[in-house]
Amino acid sequence: MITFVSPTLDYALLAPILIVLGGALIGVLIEAFAPRSARASSQLFITLATLALSLASLVRVRSGASTTAAMESVTFDGAGVLLQGSILLIAIISVFLLADLDNFTALAAALPGSDEERTSLQQDLKVTEVYPLTLFAVAGMLLFPVATDLVTLFVALEMLSLPLYLLAGLSRRRRLMSQESALKYFLLGAFSSAFFLMGIAYLYGYSAAVSFSGIHAAVIGGTGNDIYLLLGIAFLSVGLLFKVGAVPFHAWSPDVYQGAPTAVTAFMAAATKVAAFGAMLRIFYLSFAEAYWQWRPALIVIALITMVFGSLVAIAQRDVKRMLAYSSIAHAGFLLSGVIALNKSGLDASIFYLFAYGVATVGAFAIVTLVRDSAGEVTDLNRWSGLGKRSPWVATAFAGFLLAFAGIPLTSGFIGKFSIFSAAYESGSTAILITGVLSSAIAAFFYIRVIVLMFFKDPVEDGTSVVIPSVYTQITIAISAVVTFALGIYPTPLINFIQSTAQFLR
Amino acid sequence: MSLDNYLYLSAILFTIGAVGVVVRRNAIVVFMCVELMLNAANLTLVTFSRINGTLDGQVIAFFTMVVAACEVVVGLAIIVTIYRSRRSASIDDASLLKR
Repeated sequence: MITFVSPTLDYALLAPILIVLGGALIGVLIEAFAPRSARASSQLFITLATLALSLASLVRVRSGASTTAAMESVTFDGAGVLLQGSILLIAIISVFLLADLDNFTALAAALPGSDEERTSLQQDLKVTEVYPLTLFAVAGMLLFPVATDLVTLFVALEMLSLPLYLLAGLSRRRRLMSQESALKYFLLGAFSSAFFLMGIAYLYGYSAAVSFSGIHAAVIGGTGNDIYLLLGIAFLSVGLLFKVGAVPFHAWSPDVYQGAPTAVTAFMAAATKVAAFGAMLRIFYLSFAEAYWQWRPALIVIALITMVFGSLVAIAQRDVKRMLAYSSIAHAGFLLSGVIALNKSGLDASIFYLFAYGVATVGAFAIVTLVRDSAGEVTDLNRWSGLGKRSPWVATAFAGFLLAFAGIPLTSGFIGKFSIFSAAYESGSTAILITGVLSSAIAAFFYIRVIVLMFFKDPVEDGTSVVIPSVYTQITIAISAVVTFALGIYPTPLINFIQSTAQFLR
Repeated sequence: MSLDNYLYLSAILFTIGAVGVVVRRNAIVVFMCVELMLNAANLTLVTFSRINGTLDGQVIAFFTMVVAACEVVVGLAIIVTIYRSRRSASIDDASLLKR
């Protein structure tokens, strides 16, 4: 007879996630009841207030000891809190970018080119649904890296994915492309989450447990059927590798990065990576660590291919958003070496790298929203030539973010790359170190090519101009730029903080 | 009958779904194939629940159904929007982003 144990939830510990969900629900109510004119401003206020409140309660959670909550399905430990903090900070600067609602369609349901669309544009309607959708995605992202059982992990994955599929289709201009990117993101995302679920099923079959610690115990005990463990790790990894955009599960990312509204791309590219790598680090470090001979060789190969492929294909891109997409694929490869390292310094380095990369990504995409002509954003790189002569500040900021991606000293990217590669080397993966450094060199080539294009080529006279950024976008760019350079020049406080805090509760 | 047979059946269903996603061209059919994969995973979970003698697998199966329902809402919304603007639900026609 199986007895039913009523669950106890520790609401104080779950507060950061619950606050975000509550804010999202208030946002939905505002959509339903508030007059149209009041929506945009009140939604922005509520979204920012929710995120700030959540961050404050996260600080409070951190001051307590590491512990589990909600019947061990969620764990609050140093690493989890750091990842959640990074996600919240990235979400806050992304929301300032999203606040420029002119980048979104006026009425998502209107056919492109129809009278309905024209009327909605004339009436200056705004899709304020963007805010609650973002908050739902943030809640999923907050849950993903702290989930310590398979059910919570799956629900969190879907919670962060579903709103992003919708957000990808809301672009104001080039709407067909935007809808197409939503379709591709959705179909491939659903495909990969089916694999993820099958992996969960096999892991459950292997260990007869759903918690990470139960799987860990089964791996150590070695009692289960190893085929199920192997299938479980493989299928689960497909789902996770898809979310981080590692080769060969990267096919969606260039299309979605290009088609989605740039503000959404910024948020998705930065925050999803933190959440997905957080979850990946946790499950590989906690549950699969002792079975590393089963998965490490395969993951090393994937990391190597991802680094090289991302860096090489980025060279051939003529579209700035696609170039950034391939660069993010290459970065996924670099970050995978933190998972492979499987040691404390790998964990520290990954968390630092994720935060630094996320902030720089939001900043870079914020700049992309500024370069426009009469038809909207100009993403063709050829038309960016001479940008440095017309708008030196914008071009300098973009160059700074690119240098951070390339890992040039005095930017946050250098510290991140250095520490993650040294962690990989410490764990004995010399191949990762060599390939990582070589593909960073390849990647530096196309970043610097863009910088040369902006500063040393003559401007083309085709109506491309840099719009005056709104206050919100200015805030996004300023914060990202300051963080990127501050972490490059004086990273010690954050590194020390991560080193003393980042721990997984076993 | 051995419980293993259910695992074989679910593996076959999962494979049919996965192959369907790759070869079929209509977005709705692709989506149905994904649903087939999710149901195959559910069958696996329930079978393992029986083999292991714990209820967790059956509980996960319920969660999966709810999540799949949410996915249908979002997915059909996206597919219907695409169909309205293009008069076609073929995923080969949606190729503006290909280079």
